[in-house]
Amino acid sequence: MSRYVLRRLMLLLPTLALVTLLVFSIIRLLPGDIVTLMMSEQGYAGDKAKLEQMLGLDQPFYRQYVTYIGKALRGDLGVSLWTKEPVLDEILRRLPVSLELAVLAMFFGLLIAVPAGIFAAVRQDTWLDYLFRTSAIGGLSVPGFWMATIVIVSASIWWQWVPPMRYTPLARDPVRNLSQLLLPAIILGFALSASVMRMTRSMVLEVLREDYIRTAWAKGLSESVVIARHVLKNAMIPVVTVMGLQLSALLGGTVIMESIFVLPGMGKFLLDAITWRDYPVIQGINLFLATSVIVLNLVIDVVYGFLDPRIRFG
Amino acid sequence: MTSTVGSVARVFRIMRSKPLGALGGLLILVLVVTALLAPVLAPHDPVKMKSTDRLQAPSRNHPLGTDDFGRDILSRVIYGARISMLLGLGAVAISTILAAIIGIVSGYYGGRIDTILQRCIDTLMAFPGFVVLLTIMAMLGQGLGSVILALGIGGTAGNARIIRSAVLAIRANQYLEVARATGCRDWRIITRHILPNIAAPIMVVATLGLGVAVLAESSLSFLGFGVPPPTPSWGAMLSGSGRTYMIQAPWMAVFPGIAISLAVFGFNMLGDALRDLLDPKLRGGLR
Repeated sequence: MSRYVLRRLMLLLPTLALVTLLVFSIIRLLPGDIVTLMMSEQGYAGDKAKLEQMLGLDQPFYRQYVTYIGKALRGDLGVSLWTKEPVLDEILRRLPVSLELAVLAMFFGLLIAVPAGIFAAVRQDTWLDYLFRTSAIGGLSVPGFWMATIVIVSASIWWQWVPPMRYTPLARDPVRNLSQLLLPAIILGFALSASVMRMTRSMVLEVLREDYIRTAWAKGLSESVVIARHVLKNAMIPVVTVMGLQLSALLGGTVIMESIFVLPGMGKFLLDAITWRDYPVIQGINLFLATSVIVLNLVIDVVYGFLDPRIRFG
Repeated sequence: MTSTVGSVARVFRIMRSKPLGALGGLLILVLVVTALLAPVLAPHDPVKMKSTDRLQAPSRNHPLGTDDFGRDILSRVIYGARISMLLGLGAVAISTILAAIIGIVSGYYGGRIDTILQRCIDTLMAFPGFVVLLTIMAMLGQGLGSVILALGIGGTAGNARIIRSAVLAIRANQYLEVARATGCRDWRIITRHILPNIAAPIMVVATLGLGVAVLAESSLSFLGFGVPPPTPSWGAMLSGSGRTYMIQAPWMAVFPGIAISLAVFGFNMLGDALRDLLDPKLRGGLR
């Protein structure tokens, strides 16, 4: 077990090295006129040479990279050109908003997906199954931003409700905070539930055909006991993997929801940074998100080993 | 004659067994015809502004109403089909070709090349897809070409992995060994024996990719980082003024949204049905 964890950690190193190389390249691959634009549009520096020096573009490539890694390892992701604050501080300040939205969305996603997936599998090829499967593909097809727009407009027409312009942190007023995050979380969760429901359905179908399920039926157990005790336990493990893989899609979805519901999270920050051509922030957010996804997926894999004795670490 | 009747009968049989896939195919057919015949079908010029016709509700002259510049929404939705198809096909062509090259090299040669390529794919997949799109757009600047390139690059990693697994599945087959034993070169084996055998998964990946591309483009344009105005893109129609006038003129945002949903729904349904028909091994593994 510990050897497996160690090996996975070793494999993490080349991946992380590649991630930093990619993120590092973002600013180096910019066409020359963008640097000029950054100067003229945003007035980040007096002349091109000064701005290139600020961005560290005046050094040879390998030295820039070594410097970049060294700083990143110490948690120094550079300084935002726009706010003049350290990028990491800016990210960490906005992280709780995005994280809360993502966790809530995942909660709602599971709440919809797991029961729907089980029902669709147990009642395979009935109208209920077709209904759930068609709505799942529907959930994958309807743009989240459109659904959000329609919901906001309907709410404002029928209940005179508009999403508040000011964000209330969870710690200050939990009720107001939750009421603010509930809608975007449900909409994100709905989109997320589509793929999770499909996975749950196919896994439950697979488990239902196992011998031990036939034995459970033969013992005369009721349907709810067979499903809850025997099917679910075995079907849920791959579903958790899918959730892990959905993580990065979920983080992408928060960008749009934060922008529509005016939530001061990382996604909103990224959009602002793109508008301001604040490349150190764009780099910082990319590095932060990619590293988080890699580490979280590793954690999920390792946790599995404890949960499921059938998985052998080789 | 009999063969035509036979193939028609076969198509009907498939449509009967996959009604949802047939529905998807029908939606896509409508989309393609609309895109091709846009100048014939559109009742008005999609970019012509007319201040006297601002924000009109659906009527006989403007079946889907007009926007805040007095442009006909129906015509814009019809021309939007062109943009969506153009973007989707361009992006999918890029991502499928790149993914096929990476997937085949990785799966066929295996060994160290495979390990290195797979680590690269791992790395790319760690970045949230939509964040990658936004970042590429930030680097390239706005424009139709940038959107196509960004969507194409963004879709490559996931597709490469699927194509690699398809190659791995056929690599062990005896006919490849026979080909090698008779002195076939790698290039010949790849083009004559591997490509035809992975055509099915490539088709599935491309169909589903079209849906993803249409959806991603609309999200990009919605946020203002996609196709610049006045090009009638469905996503762009929903952003800015579409949202501002949402209460006053809901038709401005409702119809482009329906168009996006139907197109993506069609690609997803068709892709799913194709996957079931052509490649039962890949079932459930794509998403």
